[in-house]
Amino acid sequence: MGLEKNRQYGDSTVSVHGGEAHHKALDSITDPVVMASTYTFSDTQSVIDYIEENQQRGEYGRYGNPNEAVVESKLAQLEAGEDAVLYSSGMAAIVGVIMAKLSAGDEVVFFDECYHRSREFCSKHMSRFGVVTRQVEACNYDAMEAAITPNTKLLVSESPTNPHLSVVDLDRFAAIGKRNNVETLIDATLATPYNCRPLIHGVDYVLHSATKYLAGHNDLLAGVIIGDRVKLEDIRYLRGILGSINSAHNCYLLQRGLKTFDVRMARHNANGQAVAEFLEQHPRVEKVYYPGLASHKYHDIARAQMSGFGGLITFEVQDADWRQTADIVDRCRIPKIGPSLGGVESLIEQPMVMSYYELPATERASYGIKDNMIRMAIGIEDTQDLIDDLDQALKG
Amino acid sequence: MKFRTKAIHVGNQRCQTTGAVVPPIHLASTYVQTHPGEWGDYDYSRSGNPTRDNMEDTLAALEGGCDALAFASGMAATHCVTMLLSAGDHIVAGTDIYGGTYRLFHKICNRAGIEITLVDASQPANIAKGIQDNTKLVWIESPGNPLLSITDIKACADIAKQAGVLIGIDNTFASPVLTRPLELGIDIVMHSATKYLGGHSDALGGALVVQDPDLREKLYFIQNATGNCMSPLDSFLISRGMKTLDLRVRAQSESALSIAKYLDDDPRISRVLYPGLPAFPGHSIAAQQMDGGFGAMLSFEIVGDFEQAKRVTASTRLFQLAVSLGAVESLIEQPASMSHASYDREDRLAHGINDELIRLSVGLEDVDDLIADLDQALDC
Repeated sequence: MGLEKNRQYGDSTVSVHGGEAHHKALDSITDPVVMASTYTFSDTQSVIDYIEENQQRGEYGRYGNPNEAVVESKLAQLEAGEDAVLYSSGMAAIVGVIMAKLSAGDEVVFFDECYHRSREFCSKHMSRFGVVTRQVEACNYDAMEAAITPNTKLLVSESPTNPHLSVVDLDRFAAIGKRNNVETLIDATLATPYNCRPLIHGVDYVLHSATKYLAGHNDLLAGVIIGDRVKLEDIRYLRGILGSINSAHNCYLLQRGLKTFDVRMARHNANGQAVAEFLEQHPRVEKVYYPGLASHKYHDIARAQMSGFGGLITFEVQDADWRQTADIVDRCRIPKIGPSLGGVESLIEQPMVMSYYELPATERASYGIKDNMIRMAIGIEDTQDLIDDLDQALKG
Repeated sequence: MKFRTKAIHVGNQRCQTTGAVVPPIHLASTYVQTHPGEWGDYDYSRSGNPTRDNMEDTLAALEGGCDALAFASGMAATHCVTMLLSAGDHIVAGTDIYGGTYRLFHKICNRAGIEITLVDASQPANIAKGIQDNTKLVWIESPGNPLLSITDIKACADIAKQAGVLIGIDNTFASPVLTRPLELGIDIVMHSATKYLGGHSDALGGALVVQDPDLREKLYFIQNATGNCMSPLDSFLISRGMKTLDLRVRAQSESALSIAKYLDDDPRISRVLYPGLPAFPGHSIAAQQMDGGFGAMLSFEIVGDFEQAKRVTASTRLFQLAVSLGAVESLIEQPASMSHASYDREDRLAHGINDELIRLSVGLEDVDDLIADLDQALDC
């Protein structure tokens, strides 16, 4: 890597230079995008050397590419981890871990606010291969510990969760795993390493949908799992077999996006806090879910383990049915209507419509999804522009 | 809509076909027409391309222009401006201009029968004195390169207007985050989009922005006729870069100010050239025409000679030795041997570009890391 070893650098320096060679091919200041599907050898002896000496070099594109190696190294440094394994999406990353670590008869325990597609993959699909999935109420540590059996291999949560922004006490979560000899995984997509580094709290694996804040421009998909090199070895090996790798182009755009990670996150945090405070005092708003607000259920633990609270805000509209709530969403001019989060542009959605429309009302309610709920992924636009826009949308 | 909101939303409208939040990259060289002789919005990518149009729309909004034209490089953009002129015409330009512009004026335009006069533009009266009957263009840069000299943009624009002469400015160093010259009466704003607009050292491009639709038509005619346009992939990367332009330029300017103050107090340094220092000539003008920052370029002279300056520029680690500027990576260079080597040495010294001058492009790294890097290099 380009930065000197055994030296502490500021986060923005790591964002720009971390994981990159100090001097690159053909003297270019940026890494070339290596489009090769396969990598060639100069002669037979070099093939034999590669096999016998287990050299780090390209062989075939499914096992990795040079752009991926650079961005993995940068991501590991940002997260204070030893190694990172990159995937074609966040879901490919969680699937990669589950497939590598669990076998028939094994069990996994989720906090129930964890991303529903992750839980669904385990409960609906891994169940076909004999893996047992248990779910307990988010942030109920006693329930999680009680759900552990001798077959349990992995504890999984998101922190903060989506869309309720519940914050898991990472020290407690990691301690439950250690006490019971079970590995722990945190999906830290909403926190990002700018605001929180779960590995420092003793968590074994950090997962990100790198599509979100890490890439930051809503123009690529990626997922990553970060942790100790030894623990990631079987995960990386399996990815090579299953082939859920990212493209060189995406890796380059992710690396490019990470260069402004520090300044973007500072702005997401500032905008998020300002908009959350604006919403909380607005007469048409009943409740705001944002860890940076003193009124938030998990504000104390959030303050203790996070340095900022990101751009995701969920709020409930006062005395509004789903249609009146939708009208507010439709009146917004700056945020575009869409799922996802973490990009420079603000997005807005009504979870009841966007993600839970086809579920019966009782099932929606069991997930805490209310008809009058709006989720905003605040971007890096001008703060006052966002507040003015929301104000006119709420006034109607 | 304020600056940062425009940078993200203007030119980045939701794709009508797919709903995509980021407009698709249109790589097509040609466009299929419905009927012979009836042209759709696009016909051939030299004449117009949707991805290039988006980038142009964003930049025009940021500069407050009616439109922008995107070129293959900054030099291509400047060259297009000079092609408004004809043999026998005259250009007045500042002395503290980019070496490539100097070369264009003195080695290309002169062959086409265009006459050049360079004046010290930090005194607007010199511009007025330089204007002749056949003067058709005034060309300024602020802050200048590499001495960071400040030109009073509004005063120069007023002089040009009074004389009925077109005035253009290279706004690369300030970027529209800090200075919007069209608001000060400038006719043509030029950018090397390679620098702050793109911001990641991975795309080449240039741009012209104007307020007057007639002038836009004239420049567009030249661009289309001469074929000097930005590629769709570069347009996409520069559009992507502009979304973080405000954050980058403000953070980098803040770091540059800290570095300037640090160097100013250092006995190993004989002179610091940075518009943000109160003692710098032009500081008060800069404070008026630059909005909340003084840019991320700064130059300094060390106590030493050509060889020592060379050694310092070769000894930094975070500051990489390279020409160009404006990106997230910090760069260092010696103008005498690098960016301004295209000047004749006597001309160069006459313009104040000394052998011991070092130019920095301050990037987005942590400012303490950057200062520590300079500190160790100055001891080498």
